[in-house]
Amino acid sequence: MHEVQPEPVPVAQKAKRGRAIVITSGKGGVGKTTTTANLGHALAARGCSVALIDADVGLRNLDIVLGLESRVKHNLLDVLDGTVELDDAIVRDKHNASLVLLAASQTREKDEVDTEKMKALVERMREQYDYVIIDCPAGIEGGFKNAVVGADEAIVVCTPEVSAVRDVDRVVGLLGNKFRPQLIVNRLRPALVKKGKMLSVEDVNAILRLPLLGVIGDEPEIIVTTNRGEPIALRKDGATAAAYHAIAAKIAGEDVAAPTVEIKASGFFGRLGAMFGGAK
Amino acid sequence: MIEFFRKLFAPTNSSQTAKERLRLVLMTDHLSLAPEMIEQMKRDFIDVIAKYVEVDRDKIEINFEQQDKALAMLANVPILAVNRNGGGNNGDGGKKTEEPKTVEAVAAATTAPLPRRKRRKKSPPATVAPSNASPAPAG
Repeated sequence: MHEVQPEPVPVAQKAKRGRAIVITSGKGGVGKTTTTANLGHALAARGCSVALIDADVGLRNLDIVLGLESRVKHNLLDVLDGTVELDDAIVRDKHNASLVLLAASQTREKDEVDTEKMKALVERMREQYDYVIIDCPAGIEGGFKNAVVGADEAIVVCTPEVSAVRDVDRVVGLLGNKFRPQLIVNRLRPALVKKGKMLSVEDVNAILRLPLLGVIGDEPEIIVTTNRGEPIALRKDGATAAAYHAIAAKIAGEDVAAPTVEIKASGFFGRLGAMFGGAK
Repeated sequence: MIEFFRKLFAPTNSSQTAKERLRLVLMTDHLSLAPEMIEQMKRDFIDVIAKYVEVDRDKIEINFEQQDKALAMLANVPILAVNRNGGGNNGDGGKKTEEPKTVEAVAAATTAPLPRRKRRKKSPPATVAPSNASPAPAG
């Protein structure tokens, strides 16, 4: 499949004040990176300029999920150290030129990140992009602190599991009210919920009590898209792509219907897909 | 025992089990207390009540419940008799058991479900601020 290179979007001339959103969860493996990549694409598809920062220093993954690993030459720590300019370190996405990535370092450690410099960097990037989305590492130690320091909003990703809910609860407590955290329930399996074998979105949020931003089903195609490095939000149809686009619309302030995941991906989501799949 | 009935009646509904485990684990998380400490606190709480009134220790229920952003301790303490000496020691002495009517006292938050025959005790809800309400990391 041949990708059409869109016209590069000129970087904004005058300073703007973009939104800095951290994607976090506490627990590892719940889908933070996948969420970051897909929301990045979904927001960029709306015509916004989006910068993704992989703050998982030492365990670089976001570039893989985005399929940009071969383009990464420099990383976050190079920029923080001042050895490489920000504009030289960012990697432009191959599908959408208004999406860029600042990759994490694979060889260095989280402790090497200077919290104040990280804050200043996010501050600077907000002047150039509509959205700066920070992919937070698992855990609540230094890496977490550095990932959230520059953000002023948080999206927490939670799977319907006891351990994930507990960790999100902890992270939300650590974040405090300042970040106004919103919830994405990830990897929901409605058929299991119906049989009483999985916590429902309502069960999860009866405990967390957060504004619900969206629900993503446990979609096998996510594995395929990650294998290929082409996030599912790039697809023009399908329930999961539609769900990510609906979340992006909600982030952007649109009034989107309450999120649901149906057992059959047709019907409602077919229509949702038609609504959002072709969104520019 | 409870465990036995739970297994007997709800062998397949694991989401129910998950909910219950979550509730318990978050309760201890928010109190920042080990389960043994919570048990100790409950015993101490009952001892204090028992200094003033004779209570039915076997029927006391003390639970914790999330209410908005705060955690509330809800106690349902059946009172067997009022100890007129006041401030006395006995918890089980039973000196003044002339009026053995069961009076249930509820030391609970406003939303506590009220039992049928009860009198509301003045005690305000023992509300413990969740430990995780700490300020955001870093500055």
